[in-house]
Amino acid sequence: MSNVATRLFRIRGGVHPNENKQATAGSCIVDMPLPELLYIPLQQHIGAPAEPVVQRGMKVLKGQLLANSQGVISAPVHAPTSGIIRSIGKYPAPHPSGLPVLTVTLQADGEDRWIDLPAEQTSALNLDPEDIASRVAAAGIVGMGGATFPSAVKLNLRNRYKLHTLVINAAECEPYLTCDDQLMREQPEDIIEGVRLMMHAMQVSQAIIAIEANKPEALTVMRQAAQQFDSISVVTVPVRYPMGSEKHLVQTLTGKETPARALTADIGIVVHNVATANAVYQAIRHGKPLISRIVTISGGAIGKPANVRTLIGTPIARLIEFCGGFTGDPAFIIGGGPMMGQPLPQTGVPIVKGSSGILALTEAELARKTTMPCIRCGSCVKVCPCGLLPLEMASRARAGDLDGAVDFGLMDCIACGSCAYVCPSHIPLIQYFSYAKGALTEKQRMTHKQEEIRRLAEARKQRMDQLAREKRAALAKRKADMAAAKARENNADAAKQSRAGA
Amino acid sequence: MITAIIILTLLGLSLGTLLGVAASCFKVEASPLETEIETMLPGSQCGQCGFPGCAPAAAALANGDADITLCPPGGHALALSLAAKLGVHADLSSMEEAIPMIARIRSELCIGCTKCFKRCPTDAILGSSRQIHAVISDACTGCKKCFEVCPTECIDMRPIPITLQNWHWPSPAVAA
Repeated sequence: MSNVATRLFRIRGGVHPNENKQATAGSCIVDMPLPELLYIPLQQHIGAPAEPVVQRGMKVLKGQLLANSQGVISAPVHAPTSGIIRSIGKYPAPHPSGLPVLTVTLQADGEDRWIDLPAEQTSALNLDPEDIASRVAAAGIVGMGGATFPSAVKLNLRNRYKLHTLVINAAECEPYLTCDDQLMREQPEDIIEGVRLMMHAMQVSQAIIAIEANKPEALTVMRQAAQQFDSISVVTVPVRYPMGSEKHLVQTLTGKETPARALTADIGIVVHNVATANAVYQAIRHGKPLISRIVTISGGAIGKPANVRTLIGTPIARLIEFCGGFTGDPAFIIGGGPMMGQPLPQTGVPIVKGSSGILALTEAELARKTTMPCIRCGSCVKVCPCGLLPLEMASRARAGDLDGAVDFGLMDCIACGSCAYVCPSHIPLIQYFSYAKGALTEKQRMTHKQEEIRRLAEARKQRMDQLAREKRAALAKRKADMAAAKARENNADAAKQSRAGA
Repeated sequence: MITAIIILTLLGLSLGTLLGVAASCFKVEASPLETEIETMLPGSQCGQCGFPGCAPAAAALANGDADITLCPPGGHALALSLAAKLGVHADLSSMEEAIPMIARIRSELCIGCTKCFKRCPTDAILGSSRQIHAVISDACTGCKKCFEVCPTECIDMRPIPITLQNWHWPSPAVAA
């Protein structure tokens, strides 16, 4: 193990919310029994939805391709178990809107039979980097920290940027969540192997695994596993939310700040989640696509909180039942962590590739308070890790002045929620920012549509003019032809007459 | 007789020259604002604003005879950029009700008469003779030209469906 990045750099802002990790930390990962029905959405990633390649009534095996990726930024979807495709249609998405998304419903046959898996790949480091990336793409691997960006696209960034470091994000700074912690404790060797594969795919010489100091057990086992590799270092980062934000993690480790609205790749660094490293290992070594993940089921309203290894597509209601059901009255069910997670409108929705946690919080945990006017205390400015002025942005978003909010740096906001966490007036700052960002995107979409429609209208006008010109030309030609024919006739008549006269 | 002809010819020539010179000297340029506004409008000449086309609408806007909210296909985005261009206050309250609509063809009633797609100013309808037609919703401006000509009334105008792609959080100020 090398000693790169022994020195850490301070980031600005941040908060220390109650960790609440004790409910699930240290308890072994339990396997969720096979549910009867699985709902597999065809869009579990950022980018274009996958295109189904199966039909209703078809029998599929575990790991079989259900839908193919479409375009550059997309990911395929595989069958989490063997069974029969019951339908391909709309089903509510695990999304705050509760809107439907194209979903494959799979009825498990209970056999859980795999497709023919390739022989174990023990010399994967001899593979071509391009080959590793394409296998990762084919396995449907996306960022498992919650962002769900297709991982292969990030591995291929080496073609466009000069990369030198891979950072593995194992900070897990969100309260309640312990799924990454538990994964590291139980499968450190697999993760290290995944990291080596990713380093090879990206052609970088060093990797830094960043773990928050509140996970001493994970730190110990990961250090042990990484010991024999000089290029991989395991670094303890201080406990502070939002340490797991990739740009802030990179700044903590290297002291380099990522430029506004740029990628960390611009400074030669790519960040992947620790669970993604494990998925890469499973895909390259064993040829297994991404069909399951570890999810933290926690919160005050859950009977027996646990880290559960579950198949993608398992309805959340089944998982909650498995974890002892609701004990209290759940006031809020959240997908993800309590700081950045999104409320889920119902429990029928499935677990997807990006689900790191399902939290059922009680009213007491939420501690909802009435919103009061802003007193301009500046608390939000102090904690903003991006150095923005949340109060100014929110007041503009509230007045509908979206461009004004952008001028104050709305597009640099990472929606970490630190500002709303400390606001003494309990102003829903993040909700204002989410609204403003959404409304801006909508505006851009409308402007784009206008431009496209303009182009279409002009193209049509040109085509119509062209047609009219051609019609006129054809008419003129016919007239000319007729006139010529008549003239010939007349000439012939005249000749005949003159001959007759002679 | 000849003098009269000469006088009249000279008079005609000199007055004609005078008019020609005046036309080029005192030429009235088309308002640059008008052309600028016209380029902002969708250009589909759909007539939903009540003007015969986008150019007359642009002229009315430049003269202040029309409201910035006149263009339904342009929606809020256009109204806001028009307000910025013209330096007027953007009062979008009247626009909230006019949700942008798009056409949809009910395939069970479509007889494939091709009337609608000949009328569509943006080529948003797909089809050919005696084949069921379909609307490309991304290209539809909701101008209702197809709606008016359909002999079987198989075209519905409906609001743009909300999907996961275009949904966004409402403002907490409105929700409260």
